Amino acid sequence: MRHWIARQRYLIDYTVAALARRMAKNAGLVAVYTALVFVVASVLLYSHALKREAGFLLQGAPEVVLQKLTAGRHDLVPADYVEKLQGIRGVRSVQGRLWGYYFDPLAAANFTVMVPPDRVIPAGSIVIGEGIARTRGAAEGDVMAMRGSDGALILLRIAEILPRDANIVTADLLLVGEADFRALFGITPGLYTDVVLSVAQPREVRTIAEKVLLRLPDTRPVLREEILRTYEAVFDWREGIVLMLLVGAGLAFVILAWEKASGLSADEQREIGVLKAVGWETGDVLTMKLWEGALVSGFAFLAGFSLAYWHVFTFSAPLFAPVLKGWSVLYPDFRLTPAVDGLQLASLFLFTVVPYVAATLVPVWRAAVTDPDRVMR
Amino acid sequence: MSEAFIELRGVRKAYNEGLPNQFWAVDGVDLTLERGRVTLLTGPSGSGKTTLLTLLGCLARPTEGRVRVAGQDVSSLPERFLTEQRRHNFGFVFQQFNLIRGLSVLDNVMLPAFPLAPPHGELRSRALQLLGELGLEHRSDARVEWLSGGEAQRAAIARALINDPPVVIADEPTANLDTHLSKAFLAIVERLKDEGRTVILSSHDALVAEATIVDRIVSLRDGKVVG
Repeated sequence: MRHWIARQRYLIDYTVAALARRMAKNAGLVAVYTALVFVVASVLLYSHALKREAGFLLQGAPEVVLQKLTAGRHDLVPADYVEKLQGIRGVRSVQGRLWGYYFDPLAAANFTVMVPPDRVIPAGSIVIGEGIARTRGAAEGDVMAMRGSDGALILLRIAEILPRDANIVTADLLLVGEADFRALFGITPGLYTDVVLSVAQPREVRTIAEKVLLRLPDTRPVLREEILRTYEAVFDWREGIVLMLLVGAGLAFVILAWEKASGLSADEQREIGVLKAVGWETGDVLTMKLWEGALVSGFAFLAGFSLAYWHVFTFSAPLFAPVLKGWSVLYPDFRLTPAVDGLQLASLFLFTVVPYVAATLVPVWRAAVTDPDRVMR
Repeated sequence: MSEAFIELRGVRKAYNEGLPNQFWAVDGVDLTLERGRVTLLTGPSGSGKTTLLTLLGCLARPTEGRVRVAGQDVSSLPERFLTEQRRHNFGFVFQQFNLIRGLSVLDNVMLPAFPLAPPHGELRSRALQLLGELGLEHRSDARVEWLSGGEAQRAAIARALINDPPVVIADEPTANLDTHLSKAFLAIVERLKDEGRTVILSSHDALVAEATIVDRIVSLRDGKVVG
């Protein structure tokens, strides 16, 4: 074993010296390789962290959201639906919600406006998300003017700016009292945007959804697990789009790596011949080249992945956030919780390091199995 | 009579085998080389000197015939065992020296011993000792491309001796040297002979052919031994 380790150390020493001899060429290759790993790892890390974040957020969301449908379109829910649902066994609580979107011409952005279910906002007051405050340059105590559905201006005093902690969902949020909400959107009392149901036994959620449909056939229950799946699908789709765009860069790298790794120069072929002539076995030459591939790709992988980790979790992925995060004009300014998926890491390793090492070995093997006598000729 | 160390029986070597331009570089050679002697292979260009050296030094296998080294038939040994023979029995000094550019003289000298993985300190001091004996110790850290022709050859000789082989093979060793350096090379060969090593040279340089240290001259023409 000690002999084996000593032999590997000699081979690594030689490999490092050999790499240093072609410093500029190898440095260029490592730089491109690192950049590719960085880009792909950034996309994977960011999407994974977003999905995880969305999962955490939805843990606190209601198990079922009920929407009324009219002619297949989302419609307002009459208040008596809430009473009809309260009688269903297994339903712990039913609550009508008021929420909607408001396009603010000043910020040229869509805000989410809602009446909070767990607190009362006094009439004439408003609580805004940090992103809105930033975009409009607003502070607590300022008055915010909003145009109602009838065209009249509604003036609301900013009572509070939501903390940055939960920024992924609250950045573009406006919380108002019920009366102000109805005035803003022209929704008459007795109507809600939708209804949320809390279920005593999460395992029974599908059964309860079926009971709801029997009692209120013109509604559509949306389950939390379905929303979660939708989120996953959306982020997977975005991730896929970005990765597709990166295929070109990946192919360019493959060509570069193939050119570098497979096209053994006359010098390199001669060197292999000399090594064999002075007593190296084919296996020694292959091991040395394996180390070369492993050092180049391993370094590029570690450097690229570390840079990606730093880019995503320290700087919130400024290069890819706009396309990966979504449609909102107000990009929330938040920091994701560091999370690495082992399977993703392994896949990335498999698709970047292994092909490079393989591409290095095949031509070297071809050169190394030939008789070394050509160095004499 | 010295003990036979390398024996060739009916050895032939073809290049471009099976192709229209196939030719026999070595064509039916019987030869016995004794231990501890200096043998010179001589003959005009294309006579098969270098090919015969590759067969004697286990760098290539014969197309036909038998090669025995220290009593063992190596003609059809797998590559791995042939390497083992090269590593333990032969040190090579190539015509173009074939030092690895970009590496230091010391690294080049130590290179053949890397797969054997001796303790690094021992290997390094042996390499420095060899360089010292050849008057090159002061150049040990220099990159090989900075060496003069004579220095490069001495570095190549040190590399050939690092595994302490009983046989040293040198292909056209004086081809790139002036008379003074050629004489210096022959002095080194004399020392190797005094150490009990077998030396096989290929050359058509009269200076080498006339050297008193050469025990035997084998003349080749068209791949055949003619004298």
